Amino acid sequence: MTDILPFLKSLLSTPGLSGYEDSAADLIAARWAPLVHKISRGKLGSLHGLRHGSGKGPHPSVMIATHMDAIGLMVTGIVDGFLRITQVGGVDPRVLPGTLVTVYATRAGQRSIPGVVVLPPGRLLPPDIGINPVPLEYLFVDSGLPPQRVADQVNIGDIVSYAQSPLELSGETLAGHSLDNRASVAALTVCLEELHSRSHLWDVWAVATAQEEIGLSGAIGSTFELHPSLAIAVDVTFAKGPGASDWRTSPLGKGPTLCMGPNIHPALFKAVQSLADKLEIPYGLEYAPRHTGTDGFAIQVIAEGIPTLVMGIPLRYMHTPVEVVAMKDIQRAGRLLAEFVAGLQPDFMEKITWDN
Amino acid sequence: MKELIEKLTETFSPSGYEAAIRAVIHKEIKPLADEIHVDAMGNLIARKGSKTKTGLRLMLAGHMDEIGLMATHIDEHGFIRFTGLGGIRPQALTGGRVRFMDGTPGVINSDRLTDLSKVPTLDQCFIDVGASSRKECPVMLGDVCAFERPFNDLGNRMIAKSMDDRIGCAVMIEALRVLRGSPHEIFFVFTTQEEVGTRGAATSAFGVDPDLGLSIDVTGTGDTPRGSKMEVGLGKGPAVKVKDGGMLADPRIINWMIRTADKAKIPCQREILEGGTTDARSIQVARSGVPVGCLSIPTRYIHSPSEMVDTEDVLNAVKLLVALLSAPVAL
Amino acid sequence: MPTIGNAQIKLLEKLCNASAVSGDEGQVRRIVLEELDGHAQDIRVDALGNVLAHCRGSGVKRLRVMLSAHMDEVGMMLVEDEGDGLFRFEIVGNIDVRQLPGKAVLVGKENLPGVIGARPIHLTTTEELKHNIPLEDLRIDIGPGGGKVKPGDRAVFATRFQRNGPVLIAKALDDRFGIATLLELVKNSLPNIDLLAAFTVQEEIGLRGAKVAAFTFEPDLGIAVDATPSYDLPDWEAEENISYNTKLGLGPAIYIGDSATLYDPRLVRWMADTSKASGIPCQFRQPGSGGTDAGAIHRSRAGIPSLTISVPHRYSHTAASVARLDDWKNTFALLHAALTRLTPTVLAAERA
Repeated sequence: MTDILPFLKSLLSTPGLSGYEDSAADLIAARWAPLVHKISRGKLGSLHGLRHGSGKGPHPSVMIATHMDAIGLMVTGIVDGFLRITQVGGVDPRVLPGTLVTVYATRAGQRSIPGVVVLPPGRLLPPDIGINPVPLEYLFVDSGLPPQRVADQVNIGDIVSYAQSPLELSGETLAGHSLDNRASVAALTVCLEELHSRSHLWDVWAVATAQEEIGLSGAIGSTFELHPSLAIAVDVTFAKGPGASDWRTSPLGKGPTLCMGPNIHPALFKAVQSLADKLEIPYGLEYAPRHTGTDGFAIQVIAEGIPTLVMGIPLRYMHTPVEVVAMKDIQRAGRLLAEFVAGLQPDFMEKITWDN
Repeated sequence: MKELIEKLTETFSPSGYEAAIRAVIHKEIKPLADEIHVDAMGNLIARKGSKTKTGLRLMLAGHMDEIGLMATHIDEHGFIRFTGLGGIRPQALTGGRVRFMDGTPGVINSDRLTDLSKVPTLDQCFIDVGASSRKECPVMLGDVCAFERPFNDLGNRMIAKSMDDRIGCAVMIEALRVLRGSPHEIFFVFTTQEEVGTRGAATSAFGVDPDLGLSIDVTGTGDTPRGSKMEVGLGKGPAVKVKDGGMLADPRIINWMIRTADKAKIPCQREILEGGTTDARSIQVARSGVPVGCLSIPTRYIHSPSEMVDTEDVLNAVKLLVALLSAPVAL
Repeated sequence: MPTIGNAQIKLLEKLCNASAVSGDEGQVRRIVLEELDGHAQDIRVDALGNVLAHCRGSGVKRLRVMLSAHMDEVGMMLVEDEGDGLFRFEIVGNIDVRQLPGKAVLVGKENLPGVIGARPIHLTTTEELKHNIPLEDLRIDIGPGGGKVKPGDRAVFATRFQRNGPVLIAKALDDRFGIATLLELVKNSLPNIDLLAAFTVQEEIGLRGAKVAAFTFEPDLGIAVDATPSYDLPDWEAEENISYNTKLGLGPAIYIGDSATLYDPRLVRWMADTSKASGIPCQFRQPGSGGTDAGAIHRSRAGIPSLTISVPHRYSHTAASVARLDDWKNTFALLHAALTRLTPTVLAAERA
């Protein structure tokens, strides 16, 4: 089994914010190129990699979607050299003070400027804010540079990403920003590597979607364009940890999760679950009474509707710069995906019935 | 162009009930477009030109609808309770004037409040059309009305209700009038029901199936006393949207718009809007996805009955739109 | 003329990247002892862990000048092992609890990486978002494999030193700036004074190292070399910011008074006059809150005329402080120039 850690760490070191995914897409395309027969980009920037099924076509297709975009910040104004910011995707302002960031400035050529998110002292803020959490609009990014330099180099609209480098923690876990959802991209890559040395009858679309954090846009466009027969969305899910222990959380390091609920086709769920049991791949169960909060929610209702499965990779501290994931869970998810795809028979769609 | 803006803003057409404004716009563009049709949602779709080798199918969207109110109950004394169509600011209601689609005028006021420092909610307001009883009242459950204010020309600035987005429609009409040739097949779509969720744009985009979309809509400003910290202000030119509350513009389109403006020496500003979105969002997720951007007209006091724009900004928006449409799209 | 150059910046980087939470200053102490070797007489480590060094001058009637910089930084201590790699921790020194969530840390003697996570925003109610995450809810997570860390071990922010042109971004600029400056002064010590260098411990938890060091040295005057906050950010209402403390880019900050010390005006004048004469810029720190080792030094024995001079820096006591290289260069230059022209006449008149 290839070590997916170096690839994952390289992904975590590139911004690839929602709407600005090119740097991530290029890295993923390079890694997938030897593993797929065709690579293309969707209209909104999603990366599509196609593996043909063996034998004469046409083949039914399964789409595995993992979003490659990351949350971050964007410059909305420049005041005396300090940058006002807004969020790209869901950011909890309470984790921002003191966070190291990189400003991808574009006004005087492309420059990466190191900076830090700043919590102004209470006396410089409206009186009712005081020692309470400070909303995002009152925070700044400070690069320390003299104001004229900042005005010359930074544009409104420039993106700002977390600068936390990936850290290997004990127990084969990895900490870093944008493991949501680069961990799943890594799992999909593990799946492609495994499929590369096996035969499979179905076509496989490996899709690194764009703009998931901003309304699932990439998944909507790509699913409509590729029109698969089946879809699996892989995204990170909540791992048990400090402040997170209720029914919505799953243990870290005990395998990926299989989600059940209205967003998931029950027969598809059963098929993947039986396979995991048979192969003794550990997994957890996740319950989504309504939407799953993933690309899967959009994919299921494209065109005529698509039987969808949602697989989760447990992750601590989601949407902070120090998300934590277990490498084993990534490997297991990749393997389970590959085994499922390799085992798909031409008549599987007829087996997707509603009532047994 | 000011007569056009006056005509458009003084028409009453809240979301879902756009017939009146559609007729006004249709009259303006009939001699200018190659083909016009109206779809099932009431969108007015006008095609100009055909796709050449260097051209694309472009869709421009400016929404014809405005925010308004819909009657939910007529009480026995003829007072009308209502709900909102689109984002209604409670602060802007009390004492306002409205006009129903049949021409009936009315005034908005509220239940007596014990705490005068509070703003009444929509539930606490009603419309009085001067009727004495339910029987006498010309308004029925489901009838709609829009706010009434006259257009004011201040010279360098203009004030009217429904600048959002009649000013966008005016910019599109004027661009269509002035455009001298284009390599593109351009669909000028005057959309419906934007204020209740960019619905007209979704269906018209599916139908038009464009290669690229631009919405032409208003955006806020940060240049009023103790206002928001937004960088956009009146008089600094039309705005090129980077991000709003619902979507991210395609970075290639942002750069194309700014480069075009710089080359044609048209002032423009970069815009990030914290709350709110435009038709561009719905266009973006039509079919296989559409790269989109938005050309914004900076506007003060959006969703109040008196919205203000800068005259030069409007003229420059027309210039910029024409410049964008006249040449191949360089992404 | 000695100056701050690349070698000194490299040393500052080494110092900032080392871990030395109050009471556990070993890593920085080791670096200080290495650097002092061969440059001072009488190098010793006292009962609290202070490093004391004596650079004897050669002139007659030399003033005994104590210079003090603190080796410790604010940080954390692990207090309970909850299993699965999760540890409860407490803060050592003053850190705003809002600065903790979402940060990477280094734990223990081996600098093991860990993270202070936060409950995902998706699992947090709107009501909860209105409140800071309390310290009791935060944990240091070193990963489920466990490791060689245990309660009692200290943790620091994992920020690594970086330079971007004129800007320095690092943790613990307070007070590694002072340490690096003091080391450079020892290496370029002057014949007209006895330089008594105190690399102190536990400043952040009550000026404790300086108290005993001053008693030991019995100097004629004391100067604390520290790093002081700059709050030179825009005011939300866009009016003038009138409580900035100090500003980046205006040079070393001379203290007139803080909450621990009313500084000797003779020494304040001496430093300000040096600035004027030499053309090295300086600023006056706004009087008011805060304190330095001088707070303990000036009250030692029968009292010691004292001064503090500091490098301005933003975001003190957070994961990442920001400063300008020029401000540090000028702090060293001003101190050195002042010490060069220091004679006993500075203290000849009565304190006034």
